[in-house]
Order: sequence, then C-alpha cells, then structure tokens
Amino acid sequence: MPKTLVEKILSNKVKHDVKPGDTIVADVDFTACHDGSGPLALRLMKKRNWDGVFDPKKVMFCTEFGPSPAKELSNEHSLIRNFAMKHNCYWHEGGTGNIHTHLLEDYVKCGDLIVAGDSHTTTHGALGAFATGMGSTDMLCVLRMGKTWLKVPESYLVQVDGELPKGVYSKEIFLKLLKDIKSDGAIYKALEFKGSTIESLSMDARFTISNMGVEAGAKVAIMETDETTEKFLEKMGRKNDYQKIKADDNAKYAKTIKIDATKLEPMVAAPHYVENGELVRNIKDLKVDIVFLGSCTNGRLEDLHIAADILKGKKVAPWIRFIVIPNSHKVYLEAFKDGTFTTLAEAGAMIQAPNCGPCMGVHQGIPGDGEIVVSTQNRNFKGRMGNPNAFVYLASPATAAATALKGYLTDPREVL
Amino acid sequence: MLKGRYEGKAWKFGDNVSTDSIAPGRLMHLRSNPEEFAKHVLEDANPEFPKNVKPGDFIVADSNFGCGSSREIAPLIIKLSGVAAVLAKSFGRIFYRNAINNGMLLIECDTGKIKEGDMLIVDFDKAEITKKDDKEFRETFNLQKTEKVIVNAGGLLDYISSNNSLDDI
Ligand code: SF4
Repeated sequence: MPKTLVEKILSNKVKHDVKPGDTIVADVDFTACHDGSGPLALRLMKKRNWDGVFDPKKVMFCTEFGPSPAKELSNEHSLIRNFAMKHNCYWHEGGTGNIHTHLLEDYVKCGDLIVAGDSHTTTHGALGAFATGMGSTDMLCVLRMGKTWLKVPESYLVQVDGELPKGVYSKEIFLKLLKDIKSDGAIYKALEFKGSTIESLSMDARFTISNMGVEAGAKVAIMETDETTEKFLEKMGRKNDYQKIKADDNAKYAKTIKIDATKLEPMVAAPHYVENGELVRNIKDLKVDIVFLGSCTNGRLEDLHIAADILKGKKVAPWIRFIVIPNSHKVYLEAFKDGTFTTLAEAGAMIQAPNCGPCMGVHQGIPGDGEIVVSTQNRNFKGRMGNPNAFVYLASPATAAATALKGYLTDPREVL
Repeated sequence: MLKGRYEGKAWKFGDNVSTDSIAPGRLMHLRSNPEEFAKHVLEDANPEFPKNVKPGDFIVADSNFGCGSSREIAPLIIKLSGVAAVLAKSFGRIFYRNAINNGMLLIECDTGKIKEGDMLIVDFDKAEITKKDDKEFRETFNLQKTEKVIVNAGGLLDYISSNNSLDDI
C-alpha cells in the first residue's frame, strides 16, 4: 500500500505496516520538556518514587522564560535544572532560546519520532520528522520508558504552488490555510505540505508553517526533505542527520487542500482567533502600541533580516514599543556579527536575550488595557499576551516591521 | 474509575475555548499551586464560572474546546473545580490526552441543544445524556477503547504502575 509521510515514518518505527486509526506504541527518538511542562512531570515522577530517565542522550530540558521574572518560576526552573544536571540530560538555560529552536538546531533528525512537552512541537515536521506535542503526564511516560502511544492520524495534503508575490511570506500561507479550514479544520489529523512554493522556501520559512500546524488542531505538520533540508543540517554541523524522506506516489490522503501562492497578499489574523484572517490593506487606520518580532514562529535570522531591510536608516514611530527577540543564541550571535542588530537598534528596537518573551504573557512586554499589538507569534487568543483586554494581530515579520515604522498597521508593500 | 451516572448543571461555552482562557499565562506563577490556580479557572471566558461552579457540574462547549497550549494545568484545574465531565463537539488534541491521563472524562457529542443552566444526567453505562426537565432530549456518545482503559485505571500513571508496561494499551 502506498504511504503518506506519517504512515511511512510510523510504519518504520514499529516495523510493520500501519494505517490511519491504528493505535501503536512506539519508541521515541528524542524528547524535551521546558519550564512549562517539566516541573509537573518531575513532581509526578517524585510522587511515584521514580527517578531518572530512559536515556539521558535522548532527553533535553530547558527554561524558556528566563532569566526568571518571578520567584515562584525561579523555583520551578531550579527543579528542572537540578534534575537535568543530576541525570546528565541536555540542558539549555533560559535566555538562550526557546525549546523548538534548541530542538531544530541541535537534535532533530529527518525521520525521527519526536515528542516534546509543548504544543508547537509540530515545528519539526519541516525536517521530515513525526513531531508532536504532549502534556506533562504523557511526557513523564516518555521520560521514564522512552515510549508513547499514538493513534496513526489520517493525512491531509496541503498543496501549495506558485511564486509568492512581493511582501508575502510563509506566514501568509498558514494564515490563509487557517482562514480556509478554521482552527478545528485538522484536529487529530496530519497536515502534509507539498508543492513548488514549499520547495522554494528556506528552512527558516518552512519552520514557520510547521510551527503553526497545531493552530489548525493538527497532530503533525510535515514536509518532505530535500537539498534545502540537507544544507540546513550541514550548517548546524549535523550533516549526517539528513535523510531523504518522501511520501509514496499515489499515497491516499483523506483530503487535499490547494493554495495558489500567487494569489496571496499580506495578511493578519485579527483578535482573538488565529482563523480570523484579513488582508492588511482592508484594515484602515489601526493605530498600534506594541510590535513584537520574535517567538518560535518567526524569530529566526531570515525574519530579522526582512525587518532590518525595511528599517535600515529609519526610525520606528515614537509611540511604538518595538520588541525584538531572536529565537536562539546562534541567531543572536549571527545578528550581532552581520550588523542586523545595529540596524534594528538604530531604528529604535528593544532587543532582548533569546527567550519566549511576551508571547505567552509571562514577561517582557505585557500589553496594557485596550492596547493593540502586532506580533509575529502564532496565537492571538484573548489573554494570550498577559492581558485579556488587549488585542493581538498575528503578522509576518515584514508586516510587523512596516507597522513599527509607521505606527499603524501597514501593508509591507508600501515600504518595500 | 468511571462511575455510572452523574447529575449536574450545564455551564455553556462557545467555540475555540483555548487553554489560555482556561489557565491564563499571566497566572503561570501559580502553576505550582493548582488549588490557588483553580480559583481562576476559565475566568477570562466567564468570570462567574470559578465563583459559582459546583462539584458535579458540567462544562458544555461547541467545537475545539481546550485548543492551544499543552499546559496540563488546564484540565487539572477543571478537575479541581469539581466538574464531572466536559462535553463538546470536539476537543484540542493535547488537552484531550491530558484530561484522560488525569482520569478525567471528556465526551464528544452534539452539544447544540444544551443550554446554559440545563440540569443534565450523564449515564456512562448507557452512554447517553438526558435532561432532568426535558423528557424529549436524549443524546448518545461513544468512548474509545484506549481512553476508557486509561480513565478506568485512574489515569495513565496508574495504568503504567499496575501494568508495568504500555505495550498492551
Ligand atoms: S515562543 Fe511562544 S509559542 Fe513558542 S514556545 Fe515560547 S511561549 Fe510557546
């Protein structure tokens, strides 16, 4: 039987042919927990008098909201830091990145089964991995036994073809998909992205799409691997982690969704739902208070470059708080070295150490009542950024930079 | 362990109630203190809910309840608030697993005809929902095998403790 990408990977894992609907128990290739999912998993571990992990070389812990903004969180950080040290697991301190950037830069291999304690684990589908997020109890099970149970999902093929017009980026591809299929459009399903547009994208841009897969409810958001994937892994010093992953011709998809990239225009998701896609040019005179360029969705080097190109030699509007957070230490260093940070700082950006920042409303830029935020992150749910009385618009880095410049929500085509 | 029958009041919510609404990030410092966090459960969606929810009540939502983040504190504080079960047209996948893993029941069913304040009877033996004051109303549901096994064991960790393995789940 011809297989989709996920059917191939999962069949390979359990060494027999699987089909959608099957329940399987499979070995996990790599796993990670952050300061959100880790502490509860470890407290539950203690309660059961269990100690240790199945294989420390397959386990990473990190803090995302660091340096810590509150003593309660500092104690949670200590809990997972001490555990990681004691058991020789990989460890990344808060202020050096978010969980997904660590995973994609240092650990995930093509064809892996990755389970991590964060919903945006779908990010790693861009590397041809079956990567999905789970909560603390499931994570404890993985940490102890190196296994998890899964239902093999049906796959939807998302076929994206054509050249992206000026001012339009991979963010728009996902926002358009969400507008079409809605945020419950792929619950329990696998999304498989394919087509000439996807092939033309850099890894930085592909990660944005897979990262947001969970926003349509998807279990995984996966792509075939190619030369671009290989070059990326080589750049990360992990050439051997590359493997060609391809779906079979004639694989059966429960649904095919087509997106014509040539018809896309700059788009935002308006408050308070990710599925509220609207063309930027249709929203007039929206004065903005905060622009956030960062998060695991769009804080990579390419994103910073797009913003720096727009802001070079210019100043952001005086009332704007323009928060820039690169999403890893590697990106941070590169942006220092190639002058991107100088450009952004001269334009008025507040550049912070790599972490999640205000994305989840924990620290470093919580909006006030009634304030309007344009953010490159992946969620705009009511209260997401720490204030249920604020309004968050999700946008591409170009729309974010153009908006920071003008102070009003701005179509990047006006400034490119 | 699955009890046969629950009776309680319906609290109605709409589509796409996210884990950010159930357990907001701005209160993350309360994560290590679930009892305290539970006093704020769903307050951004309905401020009356945490103040007036009674043990045995039901949360009744439209589609995609619990979408968003993987934070397990979300189903945990719903459980702590005494809610007997959550009924929705569909659930966020991770929330669904998290709830089941904690021995909590989620029922996927057509919630369209249930109104705020309805007194519901959920019968697990018969797999049906009825209303106390409306003899016409009857809605059935299915529970999946794996989920039933986990809830009946008291949650995933109890299942593993008593079976010493995951392989036959
Ligand atoms: S950047 Fe935001 S979405 Fe990404 S891991 Fe951090 S809190 Fe979660």
